[in-house]
Amino acid sequence: MLEIKDLHAKIDDKEILRGINLTVKPGEVHAIMGPNGSGKSTLSSVLAGSEAFEVSEGSASFYGKNLLDMPAEDRAREGLFYSFQYPVEIPGVSMVNFMRTAVNEQRKYNNEKPYSASEFLKLMREKKKLVEIDSNLTNRSVNEGFSGGEKKKNEIFQMAMLQPKVSILDETDSGLDIDALRIVANGVNKLKNENNATIVITHYQRLLDYIVPDYVHVLYKGRIVMSAGKELAYELEEKGYDWIKKQFED
Amino acid sequence: MAEDQDKILEEVTGNEYKYGFTTDIETETIPKGLNEDVVRLISKKKNEPEWMLEFRLKAFRHWQGMKSPDWAKLNIPEIDFQDIIYYAAPKQKPKLDSMDEVDPELKATFDKLGIPLEEQKVLSGVAVDAVMDSVSVKTTFKETLAEKGIIFCSFSEAVHEYPDLIKKYMGSVVPYTDNYFAALNCAVFSDGSFVYIPKGVRCPIELSTYFRINAVNTGQFERTLIVADDDSYVSYLEGCTAPQRDENQLHAAIVEIVAMERAEVKYSTVQNWYPGDKNGVGGIYNFVTKRGLCKGDYSKIMWTQVETGSAITWKYPSCILMGDHSAGEFYSVAVTNNHQQADTGTKMIHIGKHTRSLIVSKGVSAGKSQNSYRGLVRVNKKAENARNFSQCDSLLMGDKCGAHTFPYLEINNNTAVVEHEATTSKIGDDQIFYCNTRGLSTEDAVGLIVNGYVKEVINQLPMEFAVEAQKLLQISLEGSVG
Repeated sequence: MLEIKDLHAKIDDKEILRGINLTVKPGEVHAIMGPNGSGKSTLSSVLAGSEAFEVSEGSASFYGKNLLDMPAEDRAREGLFYSFQYPVEIPGVSMVNFMRTAVNEQRKYNNEKPYSASEFLKLMREKKKLVEIDSNLTNRSVNEGFSGGEKKKNEIFQMAMLQPKVSILDETDSGLDIDALRIVANGVNKLKNENNATIVITHYQRLLDYIVPDYVHVLYKGRIVMSAGKELAYELEEKGYDWIKKQFED
Repeated sequence: MAEDQDKILEEVTGNEYKYGFTTDIETETIPKGLNEDVVRLISKKKNEPEWMLEFRLKAFRHWQGMKSPDWAKLNIPEIDFQDIIYYAAPKQKPKLDSMDEVDPELKATFDKLGIPLEEQKVLSGVAVDAVMDSVSVKTTFKETLAEKGIIFCSFSEAVHEYPDLIKKYMGSVVPYTDNYFAALNCAVFSDGSFVYIPKGVRCPIELSTYFRINAVNTGQFERTLIVADDDSYVSYLEGCTAPQRDENQLHAAIVEIVAMERAEVKYSTVQNWYPGDKNGVGGIYNFVTKRGLCKGDYSKIMWTQVETGSAITWKYPSCILMGDHSAGEFYSVAVTNNHQQADTGTKMIHIGKHTRSLIVSKGVSAGKSQNSYRGLVRVNKKAENARNFSQCDSLLMGDKCGAHTFPYLEINNNTAVVEHEATTSKIGDDQIFYCNTRGLSTEDAVGLIVNGYVKEVINQLPMEFAVEAQKLLQISLEGSVG
């Protein structure tokens, strides 16, 4: 469903991604780990459609379509979801209004009838229950005044609403206490099925106790230098990233 | 992203003014120019009593000795007052009993504007006094209102029917000596609306008037007078659109409101006059004097305005808080785009004891426009325990526009509590990107963010107006991102 080949990306002439190869199939969970500055967040922003980066080489296809040609909103409508490491506050815009616009834009794109207000509210109630988000969060402005944990829960709630095919979770565990981490991870797990896939980006093995990956990739200096099963995460936790750094020092 | 924004900003300027059309209705006009004879002619055309003519002439003589104000942060081209037609009336005389008698073409124009003159609008509870050019064409709901003793009619009619009320209140809030444009209005005003709410009556429907400038080169000089007697309540709506023109058109209106003891008046405006084209050619000059007098104790006047149109806006709806415990509120959204200029705000004059005022001003600037908030809060010596809170926010889109805030505070009583908060923000790239990743186009994202930003003000508008206002904002800023 998602096939990334030899992807290079740079910002201000500084190359951050230097040939990423990754294939994601339905039903899979991929974890991307790596030390600070290895390009994890760049990879997810580039896939989500951020124009801050310039793709200089390589390709990314999403269900056969050229992902890199699409504006960010079309990538979302095609079923790509990006959970922000730092979700953005939008004062004055209610979550309900925001989500309703988003969901209906997606439906319009896919030639489906927009939800009526009551249909939408029903969907929202269901999804809120599924991801255990507090009722009052959806009555507030988008992320405004949310705590770190609330923001992350809100990302997962949006993921539930948009029902993406591929979700990229960028350091979803950062800033979460154990309880919030469990709720967020449970939400992700409940949304998982054989038709969708998840890419989890994280520093720590901790999150992967809750969201169990099929594959673990280690990103270092803009390349995936190692891929294996979930046991790789434990090995990293034990040995630290220095172990990788030593092996792949240029 | 920056490149994208430039592209989108360019696209905005390509947006045609949606309501640019003219109606072919025979119009009766008098020759261009202004002198005493013209003032007399207007008065005669309107069949006015002697005292009205006297008032006009006094104002005209005073105006001749005045100069156009230049203190606003506006670049106003010199106006040739001799090049303006001061009177135009649709030839067909407007005293009609039913919609069938209204000129079909006029009806079509109103339909295009979405003016609720039609029967179905009865259900939505809007009574309309439609002003096209200078003469009121039709007043609806008059009978329903009459049952409660409410007077809602054209200003000309009121001059004939209710001379005592007009003589008593006209010019009592905005005297003809007040300012240049007010004096001009007093001399040559064409028509307008008059509202009187008797003691203890709560007006059951929203009153509304639609103004529309239509004849080429005709200045429009409306005046509105609203008097709310003790313990009464009224909500008045004003909405404007005008057809596209090359020549600049001058609009100098006066709105006077008087609120007696415990009376409450809500005045809401949605203004969408032709702002000129993308090069700043044409467009309406909107120089309006709006003022409310909270005359009685515990009275309250509330101004709400959504200003998206006009090439130049010079407008400061104000409240004189004379009665003890009286309150004034001002909610404003001013949107400027392309080459539009707006200098708008309010004056809150605290005279009575325990008077309160609230100012919420939201400016949105895009294109190459200049948007200024100018507000005065004055607390007089004897105004014990006056309270004011002002909030002035500016939102910038792009890097070619300007937002300015000029708050004036004159506090002469040390029991006063006055607060002023101001913020300036830009729509952030990160906010837009966040919306994009949720499947919202950049345009929708801007619409959502701007409407979120002005929500506090829009919420003050009556329901049907709020919807219209949101649409207007979307149209005015379509594609404009910063």
